[in-house]
Amino acid sequence: MRLVIPLMITFVAGMIMILQFFVPATQSMGESLQEWYMIVASAAIFLGAVNLIQVHTHKIRFKLKNWKYSPVTIIGFSVMILTGLFLGIEPGRPFDYMFSQMMVPMGATMFSLLAFFVASAAFRAFRASNWRATLLLVSAFVVMLGRVPIGTMIWDRIPLISEWIMQVPNLAGQRAVMIGAAMGMVATSLRMIFGIERSYLGGAD
Amino acid sequence: MATFLEKLGNIDRRIIFIMMALAVIIPLSIRMSLPIPIGEGPSKDMYDAVEALPSGSRVLLSFDYDPSTMPELQPMAIALVQHLMTKDIKIVSMALWPMGVSLGNEALIAVSDSLGREEYVDWVNLGYKTGGGVLIVRLGSDIKSVFPVDYDGNPVDDMPVMDGVNKLGDFEMIISLSAGDPGVPAWVMMAGDRYNIPIGGGCTAVSAPQFYPYLSTGQMIGLLGGLKGAADYETMVRIGVENAPAGTATPGMAAQSVAHLVIMIFIILGNISYLAGKKKKGRVK
Repeated sequence: MRLVIPLMITFVAGMIMILQFFVPATQSMGESLQEWYMIVASAAIFLGAVNLIQVHTHKIRFKLKNWKYSPVTIIGFSVMILTGLFLGIEPGRPFDYMFSQMMVPMGATMFSLLAFFVASAAFRAFRASNWRATLLLVSAFVVMLGRVPIGTMIWDRIPLISEWIMQVPNLAGQRAVMIGAAMGMVATSLRMIFGIERSYLGGAD
Repeated sequence: MATFLEKLGNIDRRIIFIMMALAVIIPLSIRMSLPIPIGEGPSKDMYDAVEALPSGSRVLLSFDYDPSTMPELQPMAIALVQHLMTKDIKIVSMALWPMGVSLGNEALIAVSDSLGREEYVDWVNLGYKTGGGVLIVRLGSDIKSVFPVDYDGNPVDDMPVMDGVNKLGDFEMIISLSAGDPGVPAWVMMAGDRYNIPIGGGCTAVSAPQFYPYLSTGQMIGLLGGLKGAADYETMVRIGVENAPAGTATPGMAAQSVAHLVIMIFIILGNISYLAGKKKKGRVK
Protein backbone atom coordinates (compact mmCIF):
# COMPACT_ATOMS: atom_id res chain seq x y z
CA MET A 1 0.00 0.00 0.00
CA ARG A 2 2.93 2.34 0.71
CA LEU A 3 3.69 2.18 -2.99
CA VAL A 4 0.24 1.92 -4.52
CA ILE A 5 -1.29 5.03 -2.92
CA PRO A 6 1.46 7.49 -3.98
CA LEU A 7 1.48 5.97 -7.49
CA MET A 8 -2.31 6.38 -7.74
CA ILE A 9 -2.14 9.99 -6.52
CA THR A 10 0.58 10.75 -9.09
CA PHE A 11 -1.38 9.07 -11.88
CA VAL A 12 -4.68 10.85 -11.12
CA ALA A 13 -3.07 14.28 -10.56
CA GLY A 14 -0.89 13.95 -13.66
CA MET A 15 -3.78 12.85 -15.88
CA ILE A 16 -6.04 15.68 -14.65
CA MET A 17 -3.32 18.25 -15.37
CA ILE A 18 -2.92 16.89 -18.92
CA LEU A 19 -6.63 16.42 -19.60
CA GLN A 20 -7.54 19.96 -18.53
CA PHE A 21 -5.95 21.20 -21.75
CA PHE A 22 -8.23 18.99 -23.88
CA VAL A 23 -11.40 18.31 -21.80
CA PRO A 24 -13.19 21.45 -20.52
CA ALA A 25 -14.98 19.44 -17.81
CA THR A 26 -11.65 18.73 -16.07
CA GLN A 27 -10.56 22.38 -16.01
CA SER A 28 -12.03 23.13 -12.58
CA MET A 29 -10.33 20.04 -11.16
CA GLY A 30 -7.04 21.24 -12.65
CA GLU A 31 -7.51 24.64 -11.01
CA SER A 32 -8.21 22.99 -7.65
CA LEU A 33 -5.01 20.96 -7.97
CA GLN A 34 -3.09 24.15 -8.72
CA GLU A 35 -4.51 25.68 -5.50
CA TRP A 36 -3.45 22.56 -3.59
CA TYR A 37 0.02 22.77 -5.08
CA MET A 38 0.43 26.31 -3.79
CA ILE A 39 -0.78 25.31 -0.31
CA VAL A 40 1.54 22.27 -0.23
CA ALA A 41 4.47 24.39 -1.52
CA SER A 42 3.81 26.95 1.27
CA ALA A 43 3.78 24.16 3.84
CA ALA A 44 7.09 22.94 2.41
CA ILE A 45 8.68 26.27 3.37
CA PHE A 46 7.68 25.62 6.99
CA LEU A 47 9.08 22.09 6.78
CA GLY A 48 12.30 23.52 5.34
CA ALA A 49 12.62 25.90 8.29
CA VAL A 50 12.08 23.07 10.79
CA ASN A 51 14.60 20.92 8.93
CA LEU A 52 17.18 23.72 8.99
CA ILE A 53 16.89 23.99 12.78
CA GLN A 54 17.07 20.19 13.20
CA VAL A 55 20.16 19.81 11.01
CA HIS A 56 22.08 22.59 12.72
CA THR A 57 21.04 21.58 16.25
CA HIS A 58 22.28 18.08 15.44
CA LYS A 59 25.60 19.48 14.18
CA ILE A 60 26.09 21.52 17.36
CA ARG A 61 25.13 18.68 19.69
CA PHE A 62 27.58 16.20 18.17
CA LYS A 63 30.19 18.83 17.24
CA LEU A 64 30.24 17.68 13.60
CA LYS A 65 32.49 19.25 10.95
CA ASN A 66 32.20 23.08 10.79
CA TRP A 67 29.69 23.04 13.69
CA LYS A 68 30.90 26.51 14.75
CA TYR A 69 28.96 28.07 11.86
CA SER A 70 25.69 26.47 12.95
CA PRO A 71 24.98 28.81 15.90
CA VAL A 72 25.45 31.74 13.51
CA THR A 73 22.85 30.22 11.17
CA ILE A 74 20.37 29.52 13.97
CA ILE A 75 20.82 32.94 15.58
CA GLY A 76 20.52 34.76 12.23
CA PHE A 77 17.45 32.72 11.30
CA SER A 78 15.77 33.27 14.68
CA VAL A 79 16.50 37.00 14.83
CA MET A 80 15.08 37.59 11.33
CA ILE A 81 11.94 35.55 12.07
CA LEU A 82 11.28 37.11 15.47
CA THR A 83 11.84 40.71 14.37
CA GLY A 84 9.70 40.14 11.28
CA LEU A 85 6.89 38.52 13.26
CA PHE A 86 6.77 40.88 16.24
CA LEU A 87 8.05 44.21 14.91
CA GLY A 88 6.75 44.08 11.33
CA ILE A 89 8.48 44.07 7.96
CA GLU A 90 7.62 47.59 6.79
CA PRO A 91 10.40 49.96 5.65
CA GLY A 92 12.25 51.42 8.65
CA ARG A 93 11.60 48.43 10.93
CA PRO A 94 14.53 46.33 12.27
CA PHE A 95 13.70 43.49 9.85
CA ASP A 96 13.91 45.84 6.86
CA TYR A 97 17.11 47.41 8.25
CA MET A 98 18.79 44.02 8.66
CA PHE A 99 17.65 43.00 5.18
CA SER A 100 18.91 46.11 3.41
CA GLN A 101 22.04 46.73 5.51
CA MET A 102 23.19 43.15 6.10
CA MET A 103 21.62 40.62 3.74
CA VAL A 104 21.79 42.75 0.60
CA PRO A 105 25.51 43.68 0.85
CA MET A 106 26.47 40.16 1.96
CA GLY A 107 24.53 38.57 -0.91
CA ALA A 108 26.05 40.97 -3.45
CA THR A 109 29.52 40.30 -2.01
CA MET A 110 29.16 36.54 -2.43
CA PHE A 111 28.15 36.92 -6.08
CA SER A 112 30.91 39.46 -6.74
CA LEU A 113 33.55 37.01 -5.54
CA LEU A 114 32.84 35.06 -8.73
CA ALA A 115 34.77 37.69 -10.72
CA PHE A 116 37.98 36.78 -8.89
CA PHE A 117 37.54 33.06 -9.33
CA VAL A 118 36.53 33.43 -13.00
CA ALA A 119 39.70 35.48 -13.66
CA SER A 120 41.90 32.92 -11.90
CA ALA A 121 40.19 29.91 -13.55
CA ALA A 122 40.29 31.51 -17.02
CA PHE A 123 44.02 32.20 -16.61
CA ARG A 124 44.78 28.58 -15.71
CA ALA A 125 42.33 26.68 -17.91
CA PHE A 126 41.56 28.75 -21.01
CA ARG A 127 44.26 27.36 -23.33
CA ALA A 128 44.38 27.37 -27.13
CA SER A 129 45.35 23.69 -27.10
CA ASN A 130 43.58 22.79 -30.39
CA TRP A 131 41.51 24.54 -33.08
CA ARG A 132 38.22 24.04 -31.22
CA ALA A 133 39.61 25.52 -28.01
CA THR A 134 41.08 28.38 -30.07
CA LEU A 135 37.68 29.04 -31.66
CA LEU A 136 36.09 29.13 -28.22
CA LEU A 137 38.82 31.46 -26.97
CA VAL A 138 38.39 33.89 -29.88
CA SER A 139 34.57 33.85 -29.50
CA ALA A 140 34.92 34.54 -25.77
CA PHE A 141 37.21 37.50 -26.45
CA VAL A 142 34.82 38.96 -29.02
CA VAL A 143 31.79 38.56 -26.72
CA MET A 144 33.67 39.96 -23.71
CA LEU A 145 34.71 43.02 -25.71
CA GLY A 146 31.32 43.33 -27.37
CA ARG A 147 29.58 43.56 -23.99
CA VAL A 148 31.57 46.59 -22.77
CA PRO A 149 31.96 50.12 -24.16
CA ILE A 150 35.72 49.69 -24.59
CA GLY A 151 35.00 47.12 -27.33
CA THR A 152 33.34 49.79 -29.47
CA MET A 153 36.29 52.12 -28.83
CA ILE A 154 38.70 49.45 -30.12
CA TRP A 155 36.66 48.66 -33.24
CA ASP A 156 33.03 49.65 -33.77
CA ARG A 157 32.18 46.32 -35.43
CA ILE A 158 33.04 44.22 -32.35
CA PRO A 159 29.54 44.59 -30.79
CA LEU A 160 27.98 43.55 -34.11
CA ILE A 161 30.15 40.43 -34.33
CA SER A 162 29.41 39.72 -30.66
CA GLU A 163 25.67 40.00 -31.31
CA TRP A 164 26.00 37.70 -34.33
CA ILE A 165 27.72 35.08 -32.14
CA MET A 166 24.85 35.36 -29.67
CA GLN A 167 22.11 35.27 -32.30
CA VAL A 168 23.43 32.50 -34.57
CA PRO A 169 25.82 29.91 -33.08
CA ASN A 170 24.66 30.49 -29.49
CA LEU A 171 21.00 30.44 -30.47
CA ALA A 172 21.41 27.17 -32.41
CA GLY A 173 23.11 25.52 -29.43
CA GLN A 174 20.64 26.89 -26.88
CA ARG A 175 17.65 25.81 -28.96
CA ALA A 176 19.04 22.29 -29.30
CA VAL A 177 19.57 22.09 -25.54
CA MET A 178 16.07 23.44 -24.83
CA ILE A 179 14.34 21.04 -27.20
CA GLY A 180 16.36 18.13 -25.85
CA ALA A 181 15.56 19.08 -22.25
CA ALA A 182 11.86 19.54 -23.07
CA MET A 183 11.65 16.12 -24.71
CA GLY A 184 13.40 14.62 -21.70
CA MET A 185 10.97 16.37 -19.36
CA VAL A 186 7.95 15.03 -21.27
CA ALA A 187 9.40 11.51 -21.23
CA THR A 188 10.23 11.65 -17.50
CA SER A 189 6.79 13.09 -16.66
CA LEU A 190 5.04 10.29 -18.56
CA ARG A 191 7.24 7.70 -16.86
CA MET A 192 6.29 9.15 -13.46
CA ILE A 193 2.57 9.37 -14.29
CA PHE A 194 2.49 5.74 -15.45
CA GLY A 195 4.53 4.52 -12.50
CA ILE A 196 7.61 3.43 -14.47
CA GLU A 197 9.89 6.02 -12.85
CA ARG A 198 9.68 5.64 -9.06
CA SER A 199 12.87 7.22 -7.74
CA TYR A 200 10.90 10.28 -6.51
CA LEU A 201 9.26 8.02 -3.93
CA GLY A 202 12.56 7.88 -2.07
CA GLY A 203 13.45 4.27 -2.79
CA ALA A 204 10.19 2.71 -1.53
CA ASP A 205 9.45 -0.65 -3.13
CA MET B 1 65.30 25.45 -15.37
CA ALA B 2 62.00 27.13 -16.04
CA THR B 3 62.17 30.14 -18.33
CA PHE B 4 60.47 33.45 -17.62
CA LEU B 5 57.67 32.58 -20.05
CA GLU B 6 57.00 29.27 -18.32
CA LYS B 7 57.00 30.93 -14.92
CA LEU B 8 54.42 33.34 -16.26
CA GLY B 9 51.93 30.49 -16.37
CA ASN B 10 52.26 29.99 -12.62
CA ILE B 11 51.45 33.46 -11.38
CA ASP B 12 50.24 33.36 -7.80
CA ARG B 13 46.46 33.64 -7.83
CA ARG B 14 46.64 36.33 -5.15
CA ILE B 15 48.27 38.59 -7.77
CA ILE B 16 45.33 37.90 -10.10
CA PHE B 17 42.89 38.72 -7.28
CA ILE B 18 44.70 41.99 -6.50
CA MET B 19 44.74 42.99 -10.17
CA MET B 20 41.03 42.24 -10.48
CA ALA B 21 40.25 44.23 -7.35
CA LEU B 22 42.24 47.21 -8.67
CA ALA B 23 40.56 46.87 -12.10
CA VAL B 24 37.20 47.38 -10.40
CA ILE B 25 38.12 49.81 -7.60
CA ILE B 26 40.19 52.33 -9.59
CA PRO B 27 37.63 53.09 -12.36
CA LEU B 28 34.87 53.41 -9.75
CA SER B 29 37.03 55.62 -7.47
CA ILE B 30 38.10 58.03 -10.20
CA ARG B 31 34.55 57.98 -11.64
CA MET B 32 35.83 56.87 -14.98
CA SER B 33 33.17 57.33 -17.61
CA LEU B 34 32.83 55.66 -21.00
CA PRO B 35 30.14 56.41 -23.58
CA ILE B 36 27.44 53.73 -23.84
CA PRO B 37 26.74 53.16 -27.53
CA ILE B 38 23.13 52.22 -28.18
CA GLY B 39 22.63 50.08 -31.25
CA GLU B 40 19.95 47.70 -32.44
CA GLY B 41 19.56 44.76 -30.12
CA PRO B 42 17.44 43.22 -27.36
CA SER B 43 17.88 46.25 -25.02
CA LYS B 44 16.66 48.67 -27.69
CA ASP B 45 13.75 46.33 -28.52
CA MET B 46 12.76 46.32 -24.86
CA TYR B 47 12.88 50.11 -24.65
CA ASP B 48 10.89 50.51 -27.89
CA ALA B 49 8.21 48.09 -26.68
CA VAL B 50 7.72 50.04 -23.42
CA GLU B 51 7.88 53.33 -25.31
CA ALA B 52 5.09 52.14 -27.62
CA LEU B 53 2.69 51.52 -24.71
CA PRO B 54 0.01 54.21 -24.44
CA SER B 55 -0.30 56.25 -21.25
CA GLY B 56 -2.56 54.55 -18.70
CA SER B 57 -1.56 51.04 -19.79
CA ARG B 58 -1.00 48.43 -17.12
CA VAL B 59 2.21 46.47 -16.77
CA LEU B 60 2.97 43.57 -14.44
CA LEU B 61 6.52 43.84 -13.13
CA SER B 62 7.87 40.72 -11.44
CA PHE B 63 10.99 40.98 -9.27
CA ASP B 64 12.34 37.45 -9.50
CA TYR B 65 15.78 37.88 -7.94
CA ASP B 66 17.56 38.23 -4.63
CA PRO B 67 20.39 40.35 -3.18
CA SER B 68 23.15 38.23 -4.76
CA THR B 69 22.19 39.37 -8.28
CA MET B 70 21.09 42.83 -7.20
CA PRO B 71 24.16 44.69 -8.62
CA GLU B 72 23.05 43.68 -12.12
CA LEU B 73 19.27 43.59 -11.77
CA GLN B 74 18.48 46.47 -9.42
CA PRO B 75 19.70 49.18 -11.85
CA MET B 76 17.41 47.61 -14.48
CA ALA B 77 14.51 47.69 -12.03
CA ILE B 78 15.08 51.36 -11.27
CA ALA B 79 15.47 52.35 -14.94
CA LEU B 80 12.39 50.36 -15.97
CA VAL B 81 10.23 51.75 -13.16
CA GLN B 82 11.46 55.23 -14.06
CA HIS B 83 10.50 54.72 -17.71
CA LEU B 84 7.09 53.24 -16.89
CA MET B 85 6.20 55.91 -14.34
CA THR B 86 7.40 58.75 -16.59
CA LYS B 87 5.00 57.47 -19.24
CA ASP B 88 2.12 57.27 -16.72
CA ILE B 89 1.90 53.51 -17.03
CA LYS B 90 0.34 51.75 -14.04
CA ILE B 91 2.62 49.22 -12.38
CA VAL B 92 1.40 46.12 -10.59
CA SER B 93 4.42 44.38 -9.11
CA MET B 94 4.98 41.03 -7.47
CA ALA B 95 7.77 38.51 -6.91
CA LEU B 96 8.34 34.83 -7.54
CA TRP B 97 11.40 35.06 -5.25
CA PRO B 98 10.79 35.95 -1.58
CA MET B 99 13.57 38.51 -1.35
CA GLY B 100 12.61 40.16 -4.62
CA VAL B 101 9.65 41.83 -2.90
CA SER B 102 11.77 44.10 -0.70
CA LEU B 103 14.20 44.91 -3.52
CA GLY B 104 11.33 45.76 -5.84
CA ASN B 105 9.71 47.87 -3.13
CA GLU B 106 12.93 49.87 -2.74
CA ALA B 107 13.01 50.66 -6.47
CA LEU B 108 9.29 51.49 -6.63
CA ILE B 109 9.34 53.77 -3.56
CA ALA B 110 12.53 55.59 -4.64
CA VAL B 111 11.31 56.34 -8.18
CA SER B 112 7.71 57.00 -7.12
CA ASP B 113 8.84 59.58 -4.55
CA SER B 114 11.15 61.31 -7.05
CA LEU B 115 8.39 61.53 -9.69
CA GLY B 116 5.53 62.29 -7.31
CA ARG B 117 3.57 59.12 -8.07
CA GLU B 118 1.10 57.67 -5.61
CA GLU B 119 1.03 54.14 -4.20
CA TYR B 120 -2.23 52.24 -4.90
CA VAL B 121 -3.11 54.78 -7.63
CA ASP B 122 -0.08 54.52 -9.90
CA TRP B 123 1.55 51.39 -8.54
CA VAL B 124 1.17 48.58 -6.06
CA ASN B 125 3.39 45.81 -4.77
CA LEU B 126 1.38 42.61 -4.32
CA GLY B 127 4.22 40.75 -2.63
CA TYR B 128 5.50 37.19 -2.88
CA LYS B 129 3.66 33.92 -3.28
CA THR B 130 5.20 30.51 -3.66
CA GLY B 131 4.36 28.26 -6.60
CA GLY B 132 6.42 29.53 -9.55
CA GLY B 133 4.88 28.36 -12.82
CA VAL B 134 1.71 27.09 -11.15
CA LEU B 135 1.23 30.48 -9.50
CA ILE B 136 1.46 32.15 -12.93
CA VAL B 137 -1.20 29.84 -14.33
CA ARG B 138 -3.48 30.72 -11.39
CA LEU B 139 -2.86 34.43 -12.01
CA GLY B 140 -4.01 33.79 -15.58
CA SER B 141 -7.52 33.05 -14.36
CA ASP B 142 -7.86 35.15 -11.18
CA ILE B 143 -5.29 37.53 -9.70
CA LYS B 144 -7.36 38.74 -6.77
CA SER B 145 -7.95 35.26 -5.39
CA VAL B 146 -4.19 34.65 -5.36
CA PHE B 147 -3.34 38.11 -4.02
CA PRO B 148 -6.40 39.29 -2.01
CA VAL B 149 -4.15 41.76 -0.16
CA ASP B 150 -0.96 43.58 -1.17
CA TYR B 151 2.51 43.43 0.44
CA ASP B 152 1.36 45.78 3.25
CA GLY B 153 -1.82 43.78 3.89
CA ASN B 154 -4.28 46.20 2.25
CA PRO B 155 -7.18 44.68 0.27
CA VAL B 156 -6.49 44.98 -3.47
CA ASP B 157 -10.19 45.39 -4.30
CA ASP B 158 -10.11 48.94 -2.89
CA MET B 159 -7.12 50.09 -4.97
CA PRO B 160 -7.64 52.29 -8.05
CA VAL B 161 -4.55 50.79 -9.69
CA MET B 162 -6.26 47.37 -9.62
CA ASP B 163 -9.48 48.59 -11.26
CA GLY B 164 -10.21 46.32 -14.21
CA VAL B 165 -7.30 44.03 -13.37
CA ASN B 166 -8.64 40.54 -12.75
CA LYS B 167 -6.38 38.25 -14.74
CA LEU B 168 -3.05 38.30 -16.58
CA GLY B 169 -4.81 39.02 -19.86
CA ASP B 170 -5.71 42.48 -18.48
CA PHE B 171 -2.07 43.57 -18.64
CA GLU B 172 -0.59 45.12 -21.76
CA MET B 173 2.83 43.72 -20.91
CA ILE B 174 4.62 41.55 -18.35
CA ILE B 175 8.24 42.20 -17.43
CA SER B 176 10.23 39.76 -15.34
CA LEU B 177 13.60 40.67 -13.86
CA SER B 178 14.93 37.23 -13.26
CA ALA B 179 17.99 35.66 -11.70
CA GLY B 180 17.03 32.05 -12.32
CA ASP B 181 14.13 29.69 -11.83
CA PRO B 182 11.28 30.62 -11.48
CA GLY B 183 11.71 33.60 -13.74
CA VAL B 184 11.65 34.56 -17.40
CA PRO B 185 11.12 31.01 -18.83
CA ALA B 186 8.14 30.44 -16.51
CA TRP B 187 6.57 33.76 -17.56
CA VAL B 188 7.17 33.01 -21.26
CA MET B 189 5.72 29.50 -21.08
CA MET B 190 2.87 30.02 -18.61
CA ALA B 191 1.78 33.58 -19.43
CA GLY B 192 3.17 34.68 -22.78
CA ASP B 193 2.42 31.55 -24.78
CA ARG B 194 -0.81 30.68 -22.96
CA TYR B 195 -2.50 34.08 -22.73
CA ASN B 196 -0.73 35.83 -25.61
CA ILE B 197 0.74 38.65 -23.47
CA PRO B 198 3.97 40.38 -24.57
CA ILE B 199 6.81 39.35 -22.25
CA GLY B 200 9.91 41.43 -21.63
CA GLY B 201 12.74 40.49 -19.36
CA GLY B 202 15.94 41.34 -17.61
CA CYS B 203 18.52 38.84 -16.42
CA THR B 204 22.11 38.44 -15.33
CA ALA B 205 24.76 38.52 -18.08
CA VAL B 206 25.61 34.86 -17.48
CA SER B 207 22.04 33.71 -18.18
CA ALA B 208 21.26 36.02 -21.12
CA PRO B 209 22.44 33.57 -23.85
CA GLN B 210 19.77 31.02 -22.89
CA PHE B 211 16.95 33.50 -23.62
CA TYR B 212 17.96 34.27 -27.22
CA PRO B 213 15.72 31.49 -28.61
CA TYR B 214 12.70 33.28 -27.06
CA LEU B 215 13.77 36.54 -28.70
CA SER B 216 14.16 34.99 -32.15
CA THR B 217 10.69 33.40 -32.02
CA GLY B 218 9.05 36.60 -30.77
CA GLN B 219 8.07 34.95 -27.47
CA MET B 220 9.96 37.80 -25.82
CA ILE B 221 9.75 41.40 -26.98
CA GLY B 222 13.12 42.41 -25.56
CA LEU B 223 15.79 41.50 -23.05
CA LEU B 224 18.14 43.42 -20.78
CA GLY B 225 21.20 41.25 -20.31
CA GLY B 226 23.41 41.97 -17.31
CA LEU B 227 24.97 45.28 -16.40
CA LYS B 228 25.24 46.18 -20.10
CA GLY B 229 21.48 45.82 -20.55
CA ALA B 230 20.92 47.96 -17.46
CA ALA B 231 23.36 50.61 -18.70
CA ASP B 232 21.75 50.60 -22.16
CA TYR B 233 18.34 51.12 -20.61
CA GLU B 234 19.57 53.82 -18.22
CA THR B 235 21.12 55.65 -21.17
CA MET B 236 17.97 55.42 -23.29
CA VAL B 237 15.71 56.52 -20.42
CA ARG B 238 17.93 59.54 -19.79
CA ILE B 239 17.95 60.73 -23.43
CA GLY B 240 16.14 64.07 -23.61
CA VAL B 241 15.46 64.16 -19.85
CA GLU B 242 17.02 67.13 -18.07
CA ASN B 243 18.67 66.54 -14.68
CA ALA B 244 17.89 62.84 -14.83
CA PRO B 245 19.37 61.03 -11.81
CA ALA B 246 22.45 58.99 -12.69
CA GLY B 247 22.02 55.25 -12.39
CA THR B 248 24.54 52.80 -11.02
CA ALA B 249 24.90 50.64 -14.14
CA THR B 250 26.47 53.26 -16.41
CA PRO B 251 29.46 54.01 -14.10
CA GLY B 252 29.79 50.27 -13.52
CA MET B 253 30.39 49.68 -17.23
CA ALA B 254 33.78 51.45 -17.05
CA ALA B 255 34.85 49.13 -14.23
CA GLN B 256 33.52 46.14 -16.15
CA SER B 257 35.43 47.24 -19.28
CA VAL B 258 38.73 47.35 -17.37
CA ALA B 259 37.95 44.07 -15.58
CA HIS B 260 37.27 42.33 -18.91
CA LEU B 261 40.56 43.67 -20.30
CA VAL B 262 42.46 42.41 -17.24
CA ILE B 263 40.91 38.94 -17.60
CA MET B 264 41.83 38.92 -21.31
CA ILE B 265 45.40 39.97 -20.56
CA PHE B 266 45.74 37.13 -18.05
CA ILE B 267 44.32 34.65 -20.56
CA ILE B 268 46.83 35.87 -23.19
CA LEU B 269 49.70 35.57 -20.68
CA GLY B 270 48.56 32.07 -19.76
CA ASN B 271 48.52 31.07 -23.42
CA ILE B 272 51.95 32.58 -24.15
CA SER B 273 53.32 30.53 -21.28
CA TYR B 274 51.47 27.42 -22.49
CA LEU B 275 52.77 27.79 -26.07
CA ALA B 276 56.33 28.45 -24.85
CA GLY B 277 56.20 25.28 -22.76
CA LYS B 278 54.81 23.30 -25.70
CA LYS B 279 57.53 24.60 -28.01
CA LYS B 280 60.23 23.65 -25.48
CA LYS B 281 58.81 20.13 -25.13
CA GLY B 282 58.85 19.79 -28.92
CA ARG B 283 62.53 20.73 -29.02
CA VAL B 284 63.41 18.22 -26.30
CA LYS B 285 61.71 15.40 -28.23
